[in-house]
Amino acid sequence: MTQLALVIDLNVCVGCQACVTSCKEWNTAGSAGPMVDQNPYGADPTGTFFNRVQTFEVGEFPNTETVHFPKSCLHCEDPPCVPVCPTGASYKRKEDGIVLVNYDKCIGCKYCSWACPYGARELDEQQQVMKKCTLCVDRIYDMSMVEDDRKPSCVKACPTSARLFGDIHDPESAVSIAIRESGGYPLMPEWGTHPANHYLPRRKTRIKIHDDELERADNPLKVDRQLPKPAMNEPTLDDVTTW
Amino acid sequence: MHPAFSVIFLTTLIGAAQGLFLALFTAQSYAAFKLLPQPDAHAFYGQGSLLALMLLVAGLGASFFHLGHPERAWRSAAMWRTSWLSREVLVLPAFMGVVFLYGLAHWLDWHPVLMTLPGGLPVDPSAILGVAGTVLAFGLFICTAMIYACLKFLAEWHSPLTVINYILLGGASGFTLAAAFASVTAPELVSFLGGWAAIITLLGLVSRSASLYRNARLKPKSSLQTAIGIKHPKITQKTQGFMGGSFNTREFFHGQPVAVLRSVKWFFIVAVFPVPLLLLLSATQGGTAMLAAAFIVQYAGLLAERWFFFAQANHPQNLYYQSIA
Repeated sequence: MTQLALVIDLNVCVGCQACVTSCKEWNTAGSAGPMVDQNPYGADPTGTFFNRVQTFEVGEFPNTETVHFPKSCLHCEDPPCVPVCPTGASYKRKEDGIVLVNYDKCIGCKYCSWACPYGARELDEQQQVMKKCTLCVDRIYDMSMVEDDRKPSCVKACPTSARLFGDIHDPESAVSIAIRESGGYPLMPEWGTHPANHYLPRRKTRIKIHDDELERADNPLKVDRQLPKPAMNEPTLDDVTTW
Repeated sequence: MHPAFSVIFLTTLIGAAQGLFLALFTAQSYAAFKLLPQPDAHAFYGQGSLLALMLLVAGLGASFFHLGHPERAWRSAAMWRTSWLSREVLVLPAFMGVVFLYGLAHWLDWHPVLMTLPGGLPVDPSAILGVAGTVLAFGLFICTAMIYACLKFLAEWHSPLTVINYILLGGASGFTLAAAFASVTAPELVSFLGGWAAIITLLGLVSRSASLYRNARLKPKSSLQTAIGIKHPKITQKTQGFMGGSFNTREFFHGQPVAVLRSVKWFFIVAVFPVPLLLLLSATQGGTAMLAAAFIVQYAGLLAERWFFFAQANHPQNLYYQSIA
């Protein structure tokens, strides 16, 4: 069983919104119809988006960290939005685990959006159907593209490679290794939805440097000692130790 | 949640219709056992069923305003195995059909004896339709309430009290309406129906108070920490990713100040329970105006009750939409 998913590395996301705009650009141009914007140049613009980047501040000044948090449909392994749909328009594909909406069957009752704890679904104001991230299903299987392009649009756009794409049920895939070895976690695990998308936590990069790594203990010429330089006739390590 | 008037009218109108039908058939059952005088079948059961049917049609009509694609509404019967909404879509027309046939059987005086109960009581089509309608009325209450009660993310709704409230509040408004209707068509039944309306209203007061008590003490299961998966006691949102509104900021927030929420709550507590109770008890011997007022006040209160029911529910997705920029 395949379960395609995104793994998003919060340690390297810089909040540039490139994934947001490239997602909108690709999906608004697709055969499923545009992701409509209402009042785009007015005082209160609104529109349909599959992907957003939010920003959170963790900690208290001055010890704060800014966390940029990309948010889209998590393609849950047990999606609560699917069984509540009265028409069967919402479904989870058996072959690759992508949760999709059939826009021709959706009646726009919004019930699935109530049943999603993540707020991943949006009603398109013009088409009046429920929309959400498709993992670029019209892209990842498109054999007319070179293999490197058969990835979701957001993954291709990310300048820091914060977004990984792959099969989390394949233990050897890059996403599975990232989840396993970099502490990947799901959102709101308390609801038992088993999101397929995982997030990698912020990591502190620390390196312990000992003094003797900066300055040779064995330094007969004492060339990189701190100033003032010792006199040349002072004993060196070679003079006082036996090897 | 954002209270949608289509759903508020749907649930209150069909609730009153279900209660009215249950009141009609309760009266018929009592009369069959000679516990009540036999009312004028044409006027009371026939026109009463017509009134219930009109409320059901109005409720169904209101529900279409909730849909983005009402022309595809027929598709919503498909997933009855998993979706309570789909089950409601099936049970509602079935109940409407039975109410129509029940009213028709009384209107046409179609009372052939189909079988006889051990006590010698004759069973006619209206009795069988009445039993079927009773089962469907309770089924419809359960389907309607379970649409909300099955959503575990909305803790305010995820409780058996939701189902009990829908049954009791729909039943109370239906019996009050039946009492008001009987004061015109069958005055001998007014004290019986008014008495039951008062009892169901009192029971509704108990169960709705219980759910208000419960909801005031809920602890949210999700927090900003689980929402973004960062274990730190102090996290604040700096931006939700956009300056304008979106579906997420419209559908899940009622957008009213706390004072409005509180006033709506107190209005419905007064208008659904004590005021109709006083009017019912003071008008048991007739008094169409008083009984009609009891129903109108109670129904207005139920509109407020349903508005509050939606507004009070706090969706976990709101954790992601705390700050615009």
